[in-house]
Amino acid sequence: MEPFVKLASTAVPFYKDDVDTDQIIPARFLKGTTKAGLAEKMFYDWRYDEQGNLLPDSPFNAEKHRGSRILVSGNNFGCGSSREHAPWSLTDYGFKAIIAGSFADIFYNNALKNFLLPVALPIPVVQALIRRVEADPSLPIEIDLPAQQVTLPGQGVYSFEINPFRKKCLLEGLDDIAYVMSYLPKIEAFEAARE
Amino acid sequence: MTQPLTLYEKIWNAHVVHQDAGGPAILYIDRHLIHEVTSPQAFSGLKQRGFPVRRPDLTTATEDHSIPTTDRSLPVADEQARNQLETLASNCREHGIALYDVASGHQGIVHVIGPELGLTQPGMTIVCGDSHTSTHGAFGALAFGIGTSEVELVMASQCLLQSPSKTMEVRVEGELKPGVTAKDVILYIISRLGIGGATGHVIEYTGSAIRSLSMEGRMTLCNMSIEAGARAGMVAPDKVTFDYLRGKPFSPQGEAFEAACARWRELKSDEGARFDAQLLLQAEDIEPMVTYGTNPGMAMKISERLPMPETAPTPQEKAELEDALGYMNLSGGQPIAGTAIDYVFIGSCTNARIEDLRAAADILRNRRVADHIKALVVPGSAEVKHQAETEGLAEIFVASGCEWREPGCSMCIAMNGDFVPPGKACASTSNRNFKGRQGKGSRTFLVSPAMAAAAAVTGYLTDVRTLEEAR
Ligand code: SF4
Repeated sequence: MEPFVKLASTAVPFYKDDVDTDQIIPARFLKGTTKAGLAEKMFYDWRYDEQGNLLPDSPFNAEKHRGSRILVSGNNFGCGSSREHAPWSLTDYGFKAIIAGSFADIFYNNALKNFLLPVALPIPVVQALIRRVEADPSLPIEIDLPAQQVTLPGQGVYSFEINPFRKKCLLEGLDDIAYVMSYLPKIEAFEAARE
Repeated sequence: MTQPLTLYEKIWNAHVVHQDAGGPAILYIDRHLIHEVTSPQAFSGLKQRGFPVRRPDLTTATEDHSIPTTDRSLPVADEQARNQLETLASNCREHGIALYDVASGHQGIVHVIGPELGLTQPGMTIVCGDSHTSTHGAFGALAFGIGTSEVELVMASQCLLQSPSKTMEVRVEGELKPGVTAKDVILYIISRLGIGGATGHVIEYTGSAIRSLSMEGRMTLCNMSIEAGARAGMVAPDKVTFDYLRGKPFSPQGEAFEAACARWRELKSDEGARFDAQLLLQAEDIEPMVTYGTNPGMAMKISERLPMPETAPTPQEKAELEDALGYMNLSGGQPIAGTAIDYVFIGSCTNARIEDLRAAADILRNRRVADHIKALVVPGSAEVKHQAETEGLAEIFVASGCEWREPGCSMCIAMNGDFVPPGKACASTSNRNFKGRQGKGSRTFLVSPAMAAAAAVTGYLTDVRTLEEAR
C-alpha cells in the first residue's frame, strides 16, 4: 500500500450522527466479487433520485466540493454492517481521510486497513468545521500523521489519537498479513501446544 | 491470590499467540465462518499473494445473503448473485473448505447453522465477515464480525491482529413478564445504551433474567449487541448451553463431551472481576418493544406514545427525531400501537430459529393474516425449515396466509430479490431499521416474532398480549 504521511485537501461536509454502512453503500450493491466500480455507488441514496439521476445538490456531487479528499461527519460514523465495501467505496471515490466526532469499531479498523485515515475530533470542533466548510468550500485542511495533528486554518490545530502500531503501518505502507505471517513459527508452536 | 478475571479476559488470554510491546496481539482464531458476500475479494487477495487457506479444516462456508428464498430447483435468476454463489463454491472447492450449500441439506444463515452444527462452542474465538457474528457469544465464545481484509488475514494465518476491548456488564435481574421475549430485552437494552453506547466494549450479559433465557433466546440477545456498538456480546455457558450442544454433529461426543463440559464450566467471570462499565436493569420494567425510528436505538414499549421532537434536549436531537419520524411517516405524541403496516417479515439471524417460528405460529394458529398484508416467513436454515414442517408450523403459516420460503437472509438485507417497496412499512423480526435497509425507501419496525405475527393478523402494530388474552 502507498504510505499515508500528510494530506492537504478541501473537505466534503456531511454532518450527521450515526451514518451507517447501509447509507455509505446500500446492500443491493454488494453483489460484486471485486472492488471495482464502487465509487459510483457510494452514498447512492443520497446522490441519486428515484430514477437514478444524479442530484446536483448532494455534497458528494456538488462541483464546489469536487476533488476533496476529506469527508467530515458526526458521531458514530460507520456503524452497522461490517461490509468493507464501505471504506472501499469511499477510497474509490477519492477520500483519504474522514474527520468525525467518533467512529464505530469495525468501520474504524476497516478504514485503517484501506489506508483511509479516521480522525476523531471533539464534536464542537467538528461542528464548527462543518459550518466553515459550508461557508467556504475552498478551506484548506491539513492532516499531519507523524505529528498526529489537524490544522484547520483560522480555527486551530488539534491533536488526534491513533494506535502506534496502526500509525507505523500507515506511515510505512505496511500490511497486516506480512506482519502476522512473519510470526508463522510462533503460530505453529501455539497450535502444537494446544493439540 | 490471582487477580479475578472476566470471561472475556479468560478467552482473550488463552488465544494470544504473540504481542509486541505496545502493539496489537496476534490472536488465534478457532473457527472462521464465511459467506458469499464478504469473501470473494479475500480469496482473490490471497491468490495474488500466492498463499493457501492455512486451516481449511477450521473454516466453514454457507450461502445466505444473496441466495433466493424461492424455488430452489430453478437456477438463480440474478446474474450477479449467481456469480457470487458460484465464486464461493469454486473457492471452497479449490481450498478444500466445507460448504453448506443447498445440496448439503444444511444451508442457512451463517449464524444459524454454526450453532446448529455444533461448530460454535464455549471458549472459542469465532470470526466471520459479518457484524452479527456476535450471535455466537451466546455460548460463552468470543465472537465478532470482521472486514474482508481481516477475512483474508485469517485465511492466510488463522490469526487476527487485535487490541483488547473494554468490558461492559449488562445485568438484567428478575423475571420477565408474560409476552416479553429475548428480542424485547435486547431492544430495551439498546434503547438504554444508545446505538453507540457500547462502542469499544465487549458486553457480558448476566443476571437471573438472562440465565432464564433458552439458548435460542441468548442468541437473539447476543446477535444485536453490535446494534449498541459493542464488538461482541457473551453469556457464560451453563447447563442450558451444554444441553443444547450435546449430540450436535461437531460437538465432542461421549466421554470427550463430558470432559469438555468440565472445562467449559470454568468459563465465567470470577467473583470480583472488574468491568469497565456496568448497566443494571430490572426485568419487570421490560414490555414488548418496537422500534419507531431509523436506528435500533430508537425503540419504545408498544404501550407508549411516540416521543415529541419539541421536547428533545438539544436542537440536533430534535432535528434527528424529526427526520426519523418524517421518514417513518409518524407524528410525535401518537401511540405507536395502531400504526398501519403493509409487510411482515419473520426471519433473519436474530429471529428465524425454531423457537421463534413456534412463537409466531402460536399467534397465527386459527387466524388469518389481514387482507392487505404480505407476510413472509423465512426459516434460518434448512434444518429449521425441516423441523417446522415436521411440527406442523409450516402448515399454520400457509393456512394463515403467510408465504413459507426457503432459508436465507432474505428481506433482512434485501439483496436476493425479497424487499419492501418504497414507502411501505414492515413489521420485521430482523435487527436493523436503517433507512433503506429492507429496500430503497422501506420503513422498518423491529419487533419480536410474536409481535410480528400479531401485526400480520391485525394489519397494524399491536400489543401481542391483547391477542394472547383473547384466546
Ligand atoms: S440475516 Fe440479516 S443480519 Fe443476519 S447475517 Fe443475514 S443479512 Fe446479516
